[in-house]
Amino acid sequence: MSCQQSDEATWAAFFADQAGRSRDSALRAFYGAGVPAPDTPLRDVPLIALDFETTGMDVHRHAIISIGMVPFDLARIRPSAGRYWVVKPPRPLDEASIRFHRITHAEVAQAPDLDEVLDEVLAALAGNVVVVHFRGIERPFLDAAVVARRGERCLFPLIDTMSIEARQVRQGGWNRLKGMLLGSHTSVRLPDSRTRYGLPAYSAHHAKVDALATAELLQAQIARHYSPDTPVGELWE
Amino acid sequence: MEAEVQEISEHLRHYPPFDRLDRKWLDQIAARTDVAYYRDGSMIQEYGEPIDTLRYIRSGAVEVYRHNGELYNRIGEGDIFGHTGLLHNRRVRFPVRAIEDTLLYLIPAEVFDQLCEEDDQFADFVELSGPRLQSTVEQNERENDLMVSRVRRLLTRSPVNIEETATVHEAARLMTEHHVSSILLLSRAEPDDERAFAGEEHGHWRLTGILTDQDLRGRVLAAGLSGETPLTEIKHDRLITIQSDESVYEAMLAMLRNNVHHLPVLHRRRPVGVVHLSDIVRYETHSSLYLVSNIFNQGSVKGLSRLMPDVRAAFVRLVDDGATSQMIGQAMSSIGRSLIRRLIELAEAELGPPPVPYCFMVNGSMARNDQTIATDQDNALILDDSFDPEQHDAWFVALAKRVSDGLHACGYPYCNGGIMGTNQKWRQPLSVWRRYFEGWIDQPDPEKLLHSSIFFDLEAVHGEERFVEQLQDLVAQRASQSPLFLAALARNALNRTPPLGFFRTFVMEKDGQHNNSINLKRRGTAPLVDVIRVHALAVGSRSQTSFDRLDDIVRANTLPAGQADKLRYALEFISMVRIRHQAYDLKHHHAPDNNIEPENVSDGERHNLKDAFQVLSNAQKFLRFRYPMPTR
Repeated sequence: MSCQQSDEATWAAFFADQAGRSRDSALRAFYGAGVPAPDTPLRDVPLIALDFETTGMDVHRHAIISIGMVPFDLARIRPSAGRYWVVKPPRPLDEASIRFHRITHAEVAQAPDLDEVLDEVLAALAGNVVVVHFRGIERPFLDAAVVARRGERCLFPLIDTMSIEARQVRQGGWNRLKGMLLGSHTSVRLPDSRTRYGLPAYSAHHAKVDALATAELLQAQIARHYSPDTPVGELWE
Repeated sequence: MEAEVQEISEHLRHYPPFDRLDRKWLDQIAARTDVAYYRDGSMIQEYGEPIDTLRYIRSGAVEVYRHNGELYNRIGEGDIFGHTGLLHNRRVRFPVRAIEDTLLYLIPAEVFDQLCEEDDQFADFVELSGPRLQSTVEQNERENDLMVSRVRRLLTRSPVNIEETATVHEAARLMTEHHVSSILLLSRAEPDDERAFAGEEHGHWRLTGILTDQDLRGRVLAAGLSGETPLTEIKHDRLITIQSDESVYEAMLAMLRNNVHHLPVLHRRRPVGVVHLSDIVRYETHSSLYLVSNIFNQGSVKGLSRLMPDVRAAFVRLVDDGATSQMIGQAMSSIGRSLIRRLIELAEAELGPPPVPYCFMVNGSMARNDQTIATDQDNALILDDSFDPEQHDAWFVALAKRVSDGLHACGYPYCNGGIMGTNQKWRQPLSVWRRYFEGWIDQPDPEKLLHSSIFFDLEAVHGEERFVEQLQDLVAQRASQSPLFLAALARNALNRTPPLGFFRTFVMEKDGQHNNSINLKRRGTAPLVDVIRVHALAVGSRSQTSFDRLDDIVRANTLPAGQADKLRYALEFISMVRIRHQAYDLKHHHAPDNNIEPENVSDGERHNLKDAFQVLSNAQKFLRFRYPMPTR
């Protein structure tokens, strides 16, 4: 919280700066759409839940194979306005990851390279605050993919439902104690977190279903721990 | 198709009215559905707000209120709301609040309109029924909670009052004039006095005391006081009162605790009557408890048969008190079982002790604890395996005959199908009974089962309960293992269809005698009981009542979500219409039967009946598909 002021200034400045400097038109438009002011109340912030399925966790060795996104705000989640793409990774799929996502060789073989859909992806994200569950995947993978294809950075603020959850469940003294004694923490995985808010079980590992699930989780977290008046700057990272 | 659309339509298709739509329709709806989350306690829609989506509960629960804030309904997963508002100027009619964390699917108004336009059943559902059946039943239960034994039920007249400045003589005169044994003393009060109530025309009053016949004797005459003594001088120091919504039981305790026989009853601060101990005694004597103890005091069949008007009165009173079908069924069944026990005691006293151990078993409605007033007898005898017909049967024939004749004399007619201990086939040693059940289950034949399914509701009434328990164990273990048996039983459960025609019209009985009527037992409760029995046997349930069986079925999780509740509500509702109809017949000195004429049923009740029959119809369809004949 202490560095909030400088963070906010950085994001706005960063977007303005990039909009002026980008040579790639899609990125120029993406940055040109800007970010909401950090003191904007959450109720007025356009949000978009983003989820990738990847061939693995390592941004240097693995690649994106599907992208799901669902736009929403505090009142309503709109899956029908969301998007879903399967893309062909530069490296072949291994069997283990196929079992995981249930996306087949055939589907991937016919899929375009990310470069062909990147303009659409960036246009869909533009102007929204991105929401993910676990910030370690979408931002670095998208950044790496954009750098590889367009030679420029793609960075943006995001709200991470997993770190919100971690803050909540690990805040309690009991949980801290339990963690110390048992060496275990309450799970903040997406399905486990959802269960705590009475949200139903969805079939996991489909990028768009996971994006929907993440949007629902954020609505629930804000309903329980924050308020529609909470400034967005308090949640994004 | 997108995965999240599949996720949504997969859920919709399990709940009405969506369960009747084809997959294509469902996917189209799902593709346009939005989602919203509401925290426990938060308001989802307020009266008069604009509304542009139908709300479908994906998870959680909500309360629906009337405009005046009164609770109208409590609904959960798979239920919809907001349709009334969509149909009426797109404004919310019923405010709704989340009572659990709730996830809603929001179906756009345009999709809703299109559904109403193109699908009659959908239109019927949202216009006529929705979750209404459930709310009616729950409301009955709530009223029942409030009313069953409230003190105000005992009040037959307004209290007689007198100002406490009057004399004893004036009070006595007023009591005589009104034929009452007590009078309430009032004093004038300031409007802001916290004990004051507004009199009808004379400003504000306060209740200060009560004067009874006994006080006139003890505190006035015996004390040698004159008739001119002011009431204030003989008034008690303390006044015991009770609120009108307290229970009769509380009133009785208050009288015993304080050693008083009169209790002024207040609605808030206003006196609304006086209960006397004798009112409570009279109330208690009408109860089924009193009846049961009276049954065991009778020394002859004649004496027992003389109690029948009391049985009917107890039945009517339970109905009037707003008891549920379960309470009534339980009370009537225990009265019936008590009668049988007493008849057996009387028979054994004459015939001497049984030559071998035995169990007197009841079947059908008495075993299921859902007896009503118009019911015949179903019973059987299980004898110890040491039974030797030559030596012992005469005794058991005599016993069975005495019980059966006795029951007949008490208003339980002989069983048409001959299911009585007097029938040799149903008076057999345990080992034979085991073979009967094994035969029914292992080599099922729909024809044979048709006449024997009544034995799958079985309960011991007298003698060796373990005999019946062994048969119950056998059924619970074997039935669930025999798909052929379940299939045959399921097929029989489809024989009696609900009286619903195309377009949800009633189909009347065409048997000549009851033209334009619907037999609520044959077309309603009996097939529901049959359906529930099949599911219960399939999950190895040992429960005998339909409601307990539903609990077992829910625990085993073999029905689509929400189905068991629907069956429960449908059974409760049809049973109550049937029971109320019988109570009406009794009050009007008709022979009670199971036939109602739909035109004599109120509009609301008619819709509910259709809903309930629809539940039965759907349940029968599901049964056909769930327990198919195994191909061999």
